[in-house]
Amino acid sequence: MATDPVNPQTDAARRTTGKVRPHQTQNEGLVFEKSSPGKRGYKLPELDVPPVNVDELLGAAARKEKAQLPELSEIEIVRHFTRLSTWNYAIDLGMYPLGSCTMKYNPRVNEWVARIEGLAEAHPYRPDHLAQGQLQVIDLLQRCLIEITGMDAITLQPAAGAHGEFTGILLVRAWHESQGNARMKILIPDSAHGTNPATAAICGYEVENLKSNAEGGIDLEALERQVDGETAALMLTNPSTIGVFESQIHKIADILHAKGALLYMDGANMNALVGKTRPGDFGVDVMHLNLHKTFSTPHGGGGPGSGPVACKAFLEPFLPIPVLVKNEDGGMHWHYDRPQSVGRVRAFYGNTGMFIRALAYILANGPDGLRQTTEDAVLNANYIRKKLEDVYELPYKTPSMHEVVFSDKRQAAKGVKTGDIAKRLIDYGFHPYTVSFPMIVHGALMIEPTESESLEELDLFIEAMRAIAREVEETPELVKSAPHSTRVSRLDEVQAARKPVLRWRG
Amino acid sequence: MAYPTNYRYTKEHEWIVLDGTTGTIGITDYAQNSLGDIVYVDAPKVGDAVTASQTFGSVESVKAVSDLYSPVTGTVTAVNEALKTAPDKINEAPHETWIIKVALSDPSEWEKLLDAAAYEAFVSEETGS
Amino acid sequence: MRYLPKSPAEREQMLAEIGARSIDDLFAVIPAEYRLTRDLDVPRQHAESEIIDYFRAAGARYTHKHTSFLGAGAYRHYRPILIDAMAQRGEFLTSYTPYQAEITQGTLQAIFEFQTMISELTGMDVANASMYDGSTGAAEAVLMAMRITGRHRAVVANTVHPEYREVLHTYLRYREMPTKLVACDPETGRVDLRALEAAVTEETAAVLIQSPNFFGMIEDIPVIADIAHKKGALLIVSIAEAVSLGVVRPPVEADIVSLEAQAFGVPLCYGGPYCGVIATKEQYLRQIPGRLVGQTVDRDGYRGFVLTLSTREQHIRREKATSNICTNQALVALMATIFLTIYGKEGMRELAEQNLAKAHYAAQALSAQPGAKLRFTGAPWFNEFVLYTEEDPAAWSQRLRSDRIVGGLDLHRWYPEMSNCTLWCATEIMPRERMDKTASLMAARPVEA
Repeated sequence: MATDPVNPQTDAARRTTGKVRPHQTQNEGLVFEKSSPGKRGYKLPELDVPPVNVDELLGAAARKEKAQLPELSEIEIVRHFTRLSTWNYAIDLGMYPLGSCTMKYNPRVNEWVARIEGLAEAHPYRPDHLAQGQLQVIDLLQRCLIEITGMDAITLQPAAGAHGEFTGILLVRAWHESQGNARMKILIPDSAHGTNPATAAICGYEVENLKSNAEGGIDLEALERQVDGETAALMLTNPSTIGVFESQIHKIADILHAKGALLYMDGANMNALVGKTRPGDFGVDVMHLNLHKTFSTPHGGGGPGSGPVACKAFLEPFLPIPVLVKNEDGGMHWHYDRPQSVGRVRAFYGNTGMFIRALAYILANGPDGLRQTTEDAVLNANYIRKKLEDVYELPYKTPSMHEVVFSDKRQAAKGVKTGDIAKRLIDYGFHPYTVSFPMIVHGALMIEPTESESLEELDLFIEAMRAIAREVEETPELVKSAPHSTRVSRLDEVQAARKPVLRWRG
Repeated sequence: MAYPTNYRYTKEHEWIVLDGTTGTIGITDYAQNSLGDIVYVDAPKVGDAVTASQTFGSVESVKAVSDLYSPVTGTVTAVNEALKTAPDKINEAPHETWIIKVALSDPSEWEKLLDAAAYEAFVSEETGS
Repeated sequence: MRYLPKSPAEREQMLAEIGARSIDDLFAVIPAEYRLTRDLDVPRQHAESEIIDYFRAAGARYTHKHTSFLGAGAYRHYRPILIDAMAQRGEFLTSYTPYQAEITQGTLQAIFEFQTMISELTGMDVANASMYDGSTGAAEAVLMAMRITGRHRAVVANTVHPEYREVLHTYLRYREMPTKLVACDPETGRVDLRALEAAVTEETAAVLIQSPNFFGMIEDIPVIADIAHKKGALLIVSIAEAVSLGVVRPPVEADIVSLEAQAFGVPLCYGGPYCGVIATKEQYLRQIPGRLVGQTVDRDGYRGFVLTLSTREQHIRREKATSNICTNQALVALMATIFLTIYGKEGMRELAEQNLAKAHYAAQALSAQPGAKLRFTGAPWFNEFVLYTEEDPAAWSQRLRSDRIVGGLDLHRWYPEMSNCTLWCATEIMPRERMDKTASLMAARPVEA
């Protein structure tokens, strides 16, 4: 070979499709390394009451040594966090096709309204009659989500999707108990999110694996065989994690219901259904939603989320306390006295700040906008599928909804894996897709563009994926050693796990 | 890598070698290879009971975790403390790096395990090669 | 629709390239009887200005001009401007969980700084990247203790936040883990040490206390730790008012600390999102739930950060995971990190001292009124206290409200035995004038006929 393709300075590594140019981001140490005694980033107001003597008041309970927090001035703090921020990729910068995670645009008005003083500064224990504004927001969001899902009742309390699963399965268990038998097991397809089996386990259920059929969907015969009098529920993601709608969904529900088992729907992919079909209409008994997916609340680098749980009327008595109830005068209050409730799943009422954002999103869309959003998400995924299916292996030919899952079969023959292609995508100015999930597809590339991508951005992405496929044929090393354009190159995860360093020590 | 002929093997990819009624247990080259860089070994304590075909611990790589199944029933007499700081020894020399030693309560269990040839045949069947 | 970046012509073009006649083709897989053929019954499409009007009106239904003495797990502190200025940067706000470390170093380094700061403040060796909130964090800490000890019983002080205890109850419901509740000393409002000693046995996995506790009192951690450790149980300390760590000795004898970091610059927002975090000793690292960020190097030897020890988590270990938690509170943890950077080593002390001064002034002013007294005495406390009044709280609350003051929280709801007791909180933002006014209104009890 004449040139070293691994050298990031080579043309091939640098010159991708033209979307990206390197730019300056100043190096930045840890905040602790910038500290020096006596620098200040704050000024407290003058104390208008007599000062106190800490040692006198607290005695042995007084802190003797100050915590080793950094000491910086305000401008240094601004620069520190601004510089860190420039090392992140974000939906505001470009396409973020992380399948199953639904990285859609997070409207700015959501942030603005969540910070309106009367909402942002409301104490959770303010008396109900002084909280009618908050309760009005919560009530409207509840009604919207019930309508969108086609269910009968809802709780907004769960703090995230997995927390919603926990709450939903608690409802399932409480209902079975009320029928005289909690039952022993939960069926979970092998294509499910890892949170599903983890949730079933913490609710005291045995997890029974359900193998997917040749199309990646539920195998009805296997289901029929496996459902018995000890099956509490099936936890089903619909559309599934390979982006396929379970067209036999009503039969699935019938098989379960005939044996007294319930159908739980993981609503992670609800963004493929809003305005087009409703889980409540196709036999789902209980489900969770991810407000940070379908309803545009920001992911913020990993949270906060919000995971409302919607259910049919027969599960309503078991919802967590408190529930919102209307007064005769039209006002609202929190109701606590519900003897059949599964209890509380978190303090207060849930991630109210996320409710405000989700409702702002629903208001901005209206019924027509919500439907168009779903249609565009599905259109985008199918467009990508069409434009890439000749270069990447499509393990399941079933029609795609909001995401498309390829495998690295053809590229793996050249020694290039899905993880390598993902890293190379970074050099082309995109966040990678979801790597190696779902587990039923070996070497999965799970691509979910969402509705937020323009045709121009989609074409750039397609061009990048096709260029990488060519690179795999011609210069596989270039792909295997990617990314070449980032602040840090591939990080040593083995060292991080073998000798964990989880905090700075001066 | 050749599988020592004086060892016996399980279908879950553990090996055992016998010295009197004490068995020394580790994981096979195939197992370490499919896991990748091992970062952590979760082993039982000396004195713990282990049961044939039941889990007694786990080995972890960065993105995977694999349960360890005991080839035999008995009591743990020693645990390889070196693995706490250097789990990578398993990657370097899987057949020389033991995880636990067990006093067998039923030495006849040895007979039920796979010998090197049978294990090798099993592995090539699994990999489809 | 203003969020959708496609023209009608582009949609047509894309459909043509896919080979679909209409968008309905792409939804044909949904059985016809389940297709929604009508509009959803949700409010019509709103303009941005209309959305703002709607929420402004909702916010205005209670004006922020009220002075509030509410605390009880949610604390109003001043939020420096920089917190939102930084946390609202799109690169933080609209980034996902940092699975691809090379392009999420910003989030990863900030979380590493968060973990370090929490470890420093709590006196623990390590802290995780956050939990949903203090209530679920405390419940997860108890489950963690159960895994570590292999024991299946918990002892819980009744001075732990009542809603935290309710959440714990829900989490333990199907774990066959009975909990024993230990009452508080009626004088000091701290956990009754003799009762605690009697409750802890060789089967106890964990003792869960809160400090400062729900009544604001600071528990005697070294003594409680001793009681727990003598029986081989772990001590879990839950901290709901994190600013207390500026002046209160960190619970170094604890095995696990579950902190609610809301007080570090997170808006009250009617109860969430907040930010739980679990800190612990190095030896229990592998049993910690949730995400962890670790330091490592890249191929060229430069320092970088990655999510690590993820084999504990649900996406790998599935039903055997330490917890089902996936999403955490990263953006809220970032707010806390910025808050702690702004106040820093000296500021945290100074801020906590101001809280101490204000709350003690409030306690003095209120308890000096006729018929009022501090319910608990003889133990140190931070910025919350329980006031006993001869007059029914419902009566004086009425008077306070006429002057736009929300007084202390009636404890009767959770502690039926505590009649006429209210929980008050005063932080650094409470003006002296409002405290004086409150005291005088409390004193202005109408003469009974």
